[in-house]
Amino acid sequence: MAVEILKEKYRGKVGEVVLGATKENGGTRGHTITVGGETALPFLHFEGEIPNRPVVALEVWDINPEWNPCFDDYYGDVYDDAGAWAKKCVEEYGADLIQVRLKGADPDLNDYSPEDCAATVKKVLEAVSVPVMVIGCGKAEKDNTLYNPIAEAAAGENLVMGVAELENYKSVTSACMANNHVVIAQSPIDINICKQLNILIAEMSPAMSSRIIIDPTVAALGYGIEYSYSIMERARNGALQGDKMLAMPMYGNAGFESWRQKEANISDEEQPGWGEQAERGILWEATTAMAYLQSGIDILVMRHPEALKVIKGNIDDLMKDNSY
Amino acid sequence: MIIIGERINGMFKDIAKAINDRDPGPVHEWAKKQEYNGAHYLDINVGPSSTEPVEAMKWLVEVTQEASDLPLALDSTKYDAIEAGLKLCKQPAMINSVPAEMAKMERVFAMAAEYGAEVIGLAMNEEGIPKDADMRVGLAAELVATADAFGIAPDMLYIDPLVLPCNVAQDHGPEVMRTLREIKMISDPAPKTTVGLSNISQGTKNRELINRTFAVMAMANGLDSAIADASDDELMAAVAAARIILDMDIYCDSFVDVFKQRNR
Repeated sequence: MAVEILKEKYRGKVGEVVLGATKENGGTRGHTITVGGETALPFLHFEGEIPNRPVVALEVWDINPEWNPCFDDYYGDVYDDAGAWAKKCVEEYGADLIQVRLKGADPDLNDYSPEDCAATVKKVLEAVSVPVMVIGCGKAEKDNTLYNPIAEAAAGENLVMGVAELENYKSVTSACMANNHVVIAQSPIDINICKQLNILIAEMSPAMSSRIIIDPTVAALGYGIEYSYSIMERARNGALQGDKMLAMPMYGNAGFESWRQKEANISDEEQPGWGEQAERGILWEATTAMAYLQSGIDILVMRHPEALKVIKGNIDDLMKDNSY
Repeated sequence: MIIIGERINGMFKDIAKAINDRDPGPVHEWAKKQEYNGAHYLDINVGPSSTEPVEAMKWLVEVTQEASDLPLALDSTKYDAIEAGLKLCKQPAMINSVPAEMAKMERVFAMAAEYGAEVIGLAMNEEGIPKDADMRVGLAAELVATADAFGIAPDMLYIDPLVLPCNVAQDHGPEVMRTLREIKMISDPAPKTTVGLSNISQGTKNRELINRTFAVMAMANGLDSAIADASDDELMAAVAAARIILDMDIYCDSFVDVFKQRNR
């Protein structure tokens, strides 16, 4: 007698979100990227559809980021030129898209004006043809002054803009609403806030509910990765069981978080037993990112080109059909 | 919890009059209102006084579907009326209801199989409503087994343990709770469960309080659905809270609104 393999059936589906816009849709991107659309848990092709592969971005800053010297060989010549930096990420390192972090707008750093920031974004848009994501400097008061000028300057491009937080979601959401961009909704490793924030954004405009990317806040390996992982797992299970307010694609800054940690940065001299620093850092970042692929992430923002290479290979393997 | 909106029923004067005058107004209004308030199905009952139940059911089904896309629960003891209604339903409907009596089960399950309808099965037979849980569960098992013989999966069945008013049959309360728990052990997949919620409070004071208290207690014991008044805001809020406590929905601060608005 044939054995009937039991397969999980899900009622829900993760919504699909399109990033970027080509000329036909009012933008200047060479192509768009669609994320989301899953009807099964990550890479369980035998239980449902994983119609869109997860995509990998590289980060570009608007100031010299003073990263670990191991990045100098890759980005040292372009740290001062966001456009050239973005171009290198796409053409040489194979980034699917670019995330611009407007760190220089920080009042305690270069205090760049909203016009400066909009110009940086324009420059990146001109330098590359892939979809672009833009996030602020992390200080809400300043970031709120940036969103509108940038959203207007890039009107039609269907940017991904962030971040919206529970206590501060209106300015970035209204900038995205008015200019048809996608918003990143960030919650502090908290499923309840994640859901509530999505509801609040959708209440501002029902059309925005299909233009939200969830940032559940990802931690680096060794720094609470299991908390982020389980929150994302819960969100994705909720989405597949029909919870529309959790049925959005997810995003995470795996590179940023990994390279904040001593395990990625400490020199060989200081910790001779930990192995060679550059390789260790790359592995720290790649391992962090791999865990998030398994928990359902749709957009990974990476930093090291070698880690990106590892992850893209990993995605190739995971996207191979395993249905039966 | 799946809410089967109870309001399109000829027992209510406005609906009885609407059926009599063939006036779609009140039916449209209640269809939209119940959908807006979060009902998942709309119960359709022509009422006891209708002299032409088949024609009345056909009219009510068509008129309701003009105002709402929700699936319908066709509620009648006259199976010809239900069958006439099933033919007109735009999407798979629910048959409300059949007792554990062989002749009736044969008629209803054959019809359910033909039209892909779900069925509410009543835990009663020719001898009436049992007093204890064991008898109720026994009748539920008969319903599941007979449905299976007609190729109807257990999870297409909603077993109603049958609720009596708490002021006349107080001792039935704990038996209903136990029945709800044990029905889930009859088969795998288990049949679903439902109740006519407001039966619990017939003739009592403070009906809404009794209804919603019963609803959350029954949910904790495995109740999947109820024929209820979707426009009872406090009831819907209590159900939303119970879903959070039972880990059926992920909590967020707007949990009540999210539950009520899930169909919108």
